[in-house]
Amino acid sequence: MKHLLSTENLSASDAIRILDTAEEMSAVGEREVKKLPALRGRTVVNLFFEDSTRTRISFEAAAKRLSADVINFAAKGSSVSKGESLKDTAQTLAAMGADAVVIRHWASGAPHRLAATDWIDAAVINAGDGTHEHPTQALLDAFTMRRHWSRVNGTASVAADLKGMRVAIAGDVLHSRVARSNVWLLKTLGAEVTLVAPPTLLPIGVEHWPCKVSYNLDATLEAGTDAMMMLRVQGERMNASFFPSTREYSRRWGFDDARLRALDDLGMKDTIIMHPGPMNRGLEISSAAADSPRSTVLAQVRNGVSVRMAALYLLLSGDSREAASTNAATLAFAGQSSKESN
Amino acid sequence: MAENTYLIQGAAILGGDPEDLLIRDGFIAARGQDIYGAAGFDDATVLDAAGLVALPGMVDVHTHLREPGREDAETVETGTRAAALGGFTAVHAMANSNPVADTAGVVEQVHSLGRAAGWVDVRPVGAVTVGLAGEQLAELGAMADSRAQVRMFSDDGICVHDPVLMRRALEYVKAFDGVVAQHAQEPRLTAGAQMNEGAVSAVLGLAGWPAVAEESIIARDVLLAQHVGSRLHICHVSTAGSVEIVRWAKARGINVTAEVTPHHLLLTDELVRSYDPVYKVNPPLRTDADVQALREGLADGTIDVVGTDHAPHPSEHKECEWAQAAMGMTGLETALSVVQETMIETGLMTWADFARVTSFTPAVIGRLSDQGRPLEVGEPANVILVDPAARWTVDPHKMATMGRNSPFKGKELPGSVVATFFKGHPTVLDGQLNTPYRYPEHQEPMGAAGAVSSK
Repeated sequence: MKHLLSTENLSASDAIRILDTAEEMSAVGEREVKKLPALRGRTVVNLFFEDSTRTRISFEAAAKRLSADVINFAAKGSSVSKGESLKDTAQTLAAMGADAVVIRHWASGAPHRLAATDWIDAAVINAGDGTHEHPTQALLDAFTMRRHWSRVNGTASVAADLKGMRVAIAGDVLHSRVARSNVWLLKTLGAEVTLVAPPTLLPIGVEHWPCKVSYNLDATLEAGTDAMMMLRVQGERMNASFFPSTREYSRRWGFDDARLRALDDLGMKDTIIMHPGPMNRGLEISSAAADSPRSTVLAQVRNGVSVRMAALYLLLSGDSREAASTNAATLAFAGQSSKESN
Repeated sequence: MAENTYLIQGAAILGGDPEDLLIRDGFIAARGQDIYGAAGFDDATVLDAAGLVALPGMVDVHTHLREPGREDAETVETGTRAAALGGFTAVHAMANSNPVADTAGVVEQVHSLGRAAGWVDVRPVGAVTVGLAGEQLAELGAMADSRAQVRMFSDDGICVHDPVLMRRALEYVKAFDGVVAQHAQEPRLTAGAQMNEGAVSAVLGLAGWPAVAEESIIARDVLLAQHVGSRLHICHVSTAGSVEIVRWAKARGINVTAEVTPHHLLLTDELVRSYDPVYKVNPPLRTDADVQALREGLADGTIDVVGTDHAPHPSEHKECEWAQAAMGMTGLETALSVVQETMIETGLMTWADFARVTSFTPAVIGRLSDQGRPLEVGEPANVILVDPAARWTVDPHKMATMGRNSPFKGKELPGSVVATFFKGHPTVLDGQLNTPYRYPEHQEPMGAAGAVSSK
C-alpha cells in the first residue's frame, strides 16, 4: 500500500491488517506514556481544504503518538484562500519534504489527483473527499463493529472479519462519503449491509452496489440488525426538496425514542447504534439513542485515533521500509489490547 | 511548373476506384482520363496518391476558436492551423468568445481573422441571446446581413432554456434561412453537474448530469420547430434517448438535424474513474450503450453530422481537482481518425458516408455554398487526401492547437491527413502545414450566398 484513497479497492487482507495493527495501536492509548517512536523524523501534513476539526485532531493525535512531526495546513488563512492551486500547494509540500499528506477536500477525487500526478511523491491518505469516500472513517467503524461482534460471539477480534453481521446505514446516502466507504469495506469484510433512506437521498445507480436498499427504517429494524448506523442529515437539504420537512424526515428515517424502545421490544439486546458525528440531535438521532448504552459514538472517536495510527504506520514504515522490523518489535511490547467498552 | 495546378494521381475518390484529379486555379479542372487532354496538366505539380482516399474538405459545425478574449487558450490562427491539419476546410466558430459574438461587429472580426489566417473558411456562429444570457434576442438579422453572413445561431455552452425565447428565435431566423443550434441541457436538472448520472457517478460521488436533462429539451425543441415550421440543429447529441427522439422527429417530417462528437462515439464515463479532468466535457461522456446508439444513429442518418466541439483550454484549467476543471476537449486533429476508428473500421460506414457526415451535410446545415461539394469538374477544390492505412499515436504536445487537453492522448488511432487543399491551395502537404491560402485583394467574401437550395 502506497496510499489510502478509498475502501473500494482495499483488499480484505489489507483491511484486516490495518484493523489488527489498530488493535495494537489502541493499547498504546491505554498506557501512561501514549507514544511510540515509530515515525520519528517523519513529516505528516494535514492538508485541510474543508473545515473538520474532529478529523484533523484525530489524525494529529495519531501522528504525534507515533512521534511524527505534524504540520497543519488549513485552506483558510493560507495561500489557498488567495487562489493557489492544488498543484502548487502539493509541490510546495513536496519541496518541504512531506512524507505523508492527509488530505480533506470538498472536491470528490482530489486525493486521487495528488496520488496520480507527479506533483508530490508522498503517501496520500484520504481524510474525506467531497461525496466520494472517507476510508479511515469506514475503517474505524469496522474496527468498532469488529470488537463488538467478537465480544458477542465470544471470539478474538484480531484477524477476524465481520461475516454474518447485519449492518443498517440510514440517512443521506446520496451526499455521504461515509456511506460509500462503509458499503465497500463492510462488503469486503463479509457483513450484510442495508441502506435505508428516502428515495431522493439515494444515488441513481445504487442498485449496482453490493447491498440491500430499503425505504423503510422500521421494516429494516424488524428484519433484524446488529449495528444501526445513522448518517448526518443537513437541514439545508430540505430547501432543495429532498424531503418536505425535518419533522417528516425524523418521523420516517430518524432513530427516535420509539425506535430505541423497539430494539428492546424486538429482543435485539446486542444491537449497537453508531454515528460518525457530528450529530444533529433530534433530527437523525434522538438524544436518548445517542446517549444510550447501545451508542458507540465515543468509542468510534477513540478508535479513530488507533485506526489512523495504523494507517500512518503501515504507509510510512510498512513492508517496504527499513524501519519496519524495528517498529514491529516495538509494537510487540505494546501488549494485549484492552476490552472495548461501549 | 504552374503554381496553382496540382495533379493528384491514383486517389480513391470517396473510397472508390483509383482516379486522377486535376486542380487548377481553385477548382477541380478535370477528373479521370479527361485530364490528359486538359490544358495545363503537363505543367502540374504531381502528387502520387496511390493508396490514399480523396474526400471533400471536412466542415466542422462546432468549433471553439476562443478568439477574441481567450487567446491564452486558442487563437483563430492556431485553431485554423489545427483544422487544416485535421482535414477541415471550413469551421463554424462558436459564439462564446469574450466579447460574445452577439453583434455584427464581433462576427465580422472573427470572420476577418479567419480570412487573414487563410487556413480554412471561418464561419462565425452568432449568439442567439445577448451575452448568452438567455434573456433577449441578439441582433440576429444584423449578423446575418454582415460580411460574416451568419446563418447558424447558438448559445452553445448554455441552453436556450426559456421556451418562449427558443420559439421566437426559431421563428425569427426563418427570415434569412438561419438555423438555431441548441445546446440541449435543462439547467435546473444539471445544476453543479460533473459527469453522466449513473452507476459510475454513484460510486465516484460526483454530481450527476442525467440523460433526461438533454432529452427533455430536445423533445421540447423538435415540437417547437414543428409548430413554427423552422429549422433546428441539435448540438452534440450524447444519449441513446436523444437518438430515439430525433429519429421520431424526423419520421414526423420535422426539420431537425443532429450532431455527434467524435469523443462521444468512442469514450465512456468509465474513464472518469481516474478523476483526470481531461475527460471532463459537456455534455459528459456517457455509457457504452449510449456510444453504440450514437454510432447506429450516425450510420442510419438519424444523426446527420459529426461536429468536433473542439474546446481547447490552458493547462492550468485541467491540472486541478475535477470539480474545478473546465469542461471540454480538443478534437480538430483527431476527428478523422476517431470517426474512421468508430464508424469505418467497424463496418458501419463507408468513406462516401464519411464525406456525407463530415462535409456534404455540415455545409448544407451551415449554408456554405462552396464547401461540401462533390469532387466533380467545376467544383471548388476543397479536397483532402487521407491515408487510411496509417496508424499513429496521439501526442497532444505535437498538435497545432494550443490546447493540450486531448482525451485520446497516448491512444493509437488509424488514418492520417496527408494533404488538404483549400480553394485549390495546399494548406497541408505530406501531413505537415504548408502555407495558408491568400485571398485576392478587394475580392468580396465567398461563402454563404444563399445559393444552396434550402430544404
